[in-house]
Amino acid sequence: MSELETHHGEEPHIVSPKIYVLIAATLLICTALTVAASYLELGPWNAVVALGIAVFKATLVVLFFMHIKYSSKLMKLTVFAGLFTFLALVGMSMSDYISRAWGSF
Amino acid sequence: MSSIVSLPDQTTARIPKRNYLTNENGILSWLLTGDHKRIAMLYLISITFFFFIGGALAGLIRLELLTPQSDLMATDTYNKVFSMHGIIMIFLFLVPSVPATLGNFLIPIMVGAKDLAFPKINLLSWYLYLAGGSLTLWAMINGGVDTGWTFTTPLSTHYVNTNVVTTGLAIFVAGFSSIFTGLNFIVTIHRMRAPGMTWFKLPLFVWSHYAASILMVLGTPVLAIAIVLVLLERTIGIGVFDPTKGGDPILFQHLFWFYSHPAVYIMILPGMGVISEVISTFSRKRVFGYSAVAFSSVAIAVFGFFVWEHHMFIMGVSNYSTLVFSLLTMLVAVPSSIKIFNWAFTLYKGSITFETPMLYAFGFMGLFTIGGLTGVFLGASGTDIHLTETYFIVAHFHFVMVGGMLMAFLAGIHFWWPKMTGRMYPEKISQLAAVVTFIGFNFTFFPQFLLGMLGMPRRYAAYPPEFQVLNVFSTAGATILGVGYLLPMIYLVWSLKYGKIAGANPWQATGLEWQIQSPPLTENFVEIPVVTQDAYDYEWLERQKEHEVTQVG
Repeated sequence: MSELETHHGEEPHIVSPKIYVLIAATLLICTALTVAASYLELGPWNAVVALGIAVFKATLVVLFFMHIKYSSKLMKLTVFAGLFTFLALVGMSMSDYISRAWGSF
Repeated sequence: MSSIVSLPDQTTARIPKRNYLTNENGILSWLLTGDHKRIAMLYLISITFFFFIGGALAGLIRLELLTPQSDLMATDTYNKVFSMHGIIMIFLFLVPSVPATLGNFLIPIMVGAKDLAFPKINLLSWYLYLAGGSLTLWAMINGGVDTGWTFTTPLSTHYVNTNVVTTGLAIFVAGFSSIFTGLNFIVTIHRMRAPGMTWFKLPLFVWSHYAASILMVLGTPVLAIAIVLVLLERTIGIGVFDPTKGGDPILFQHLFWFYSHPAVYIMILPGMGVISEVISTFSRKRVFGYSAVAFSSVAIAVFGFFVWEHHMFIMGVSNYSTLVFSLLTMLVAVPSSIKIFNWAFTLYKGSITFETPMLYAFGFMGLFTIGGLTGVFLGASGTDIHLTETYFIVAHFHFVMVGGMLMAFLAGIHFWWPKMTGRMYPEKISQLAAVVTFIGFNFTFFPQFLLGMLGMPRRYAAYPPEFQVLNVFSTAGATILGVGYLLPMIYLVWSLKYGKIAGANPWQATGLEWQIQSPPLTENFVEIPVVTQDAYDYEWLERQKEHEVTQVG
């Protein structure tokens, strides 16, 4: 119940247009960076760079456009739960892929 | 035999005129309802329909296996029959069974709310379920699918000509119905608890549904991705699972079991919630170690995401990762046994009575324990190599899913039937049904452990003649089991008209749902309750009753 009360009592955080414009500009710059990086010959690292930039952009969107930076701890935990599950899926699957060939050379 | 049942005087008792069933009339008032109780009833009817289709397919499987030759049906027909049995029973019965019916009906009442947080999403979830179910039936009528319920690549992507795409779409759609149910429960439990209802005053039924909801919301999208990738591979050949295009067929199994192992806990956790309520009520005691049982549900939900590879030990995964997953699998045994031990301690020195829900609950405890312990054989990577893909594994998961979950479902249906309908089921015949189910179940599935140890592989229509005796046992048991499931179907429908009037609290139970009229009002409570008592506080219930008497006096 205390949670319910604070939820209703909470003032909605107002984000200034300046921040939104700044974030939008950063996202556009990152998009340009992704395009530029695709012209470099990095072998398998091309994908890594592209994904790295994409993750950075997604983080900005979640934090600012989706207001998670200003939300309650419960909201942050909810986002973290999704991230944690995803990391479990990728991380634990990798435990198979990196070690599958061990001992066979 | 002693009994705690206390019914109102049958000569004067009446079903309350205003309740959620009589509030509105007409078919549209049901099809467009936002009332969680009505949606629960719609779900109950639909899952019962699919249960009996899945059950009929199970009957066909057992009949075919009566003789060593494949004589009742052709081998590819047999493949389709067991595939459809698995798909219908898992996605259309077990996953929604307790959450979508009992959970839908009870969670808002147990937390002291008027409805779920999103009533329209709740209704949408039922429509998605129906859409998924209809697509599955359509696929079955149009030639079926023969991949097994696991859609394993490359069989499902390269080698079969059956309705993989239609069935895959059906599972995809039904998956969203499950996500919506889970989402609704999580938000309701967080945001809509009545004044004074803290987390540790919640009934354990709510805790276990909370844990299952987390799994539904976080796990089901991964299944959806895996299924979409199979469909794309089949239709346009994107090559994620195709080694000739740089893909890996085992990647599918990683994605599939990442959902489908937690799905086992989606199925069993709500059942465990039912058992906690039933055991407490019929031994007149607070559940022993309340917070341990509550947290063990959450622990099962978390550990459930770290064990999936034990389904794949012989599929060509890395030996080293097998070692890791084998060890992690043993972890899940801990919270499960915490529950079993705590229920046993709840019984200790309790005033136990043996009404039907309690009989089913005892069935659950015994059969689930056997199912869980044989899981240790399969989680240990050494014995798994001998036992996997044999009838041992079939017996193991049927002990957990049918012996465990279905027993819990029937316990819950009998326990809350008076609340849902306002009428009692007939006690004697339902006790008989519980015993018949238990006997039939053991006859059907125990021989399959032996068959598996002897090496009979699963998923074949024919088998060597030396396995026949045990298979005949199993088929004979299945006929008894079938009677055990038909009986409740008949007498529960009968009781809708002829059952005794139950009154508000026939079991003298403590939950908020028992303090309101049966069947409940559409808005559940006349006024939102203020909760001061702990869960399972039988002394509080006694004081409430004394209070009532003095007021009348």
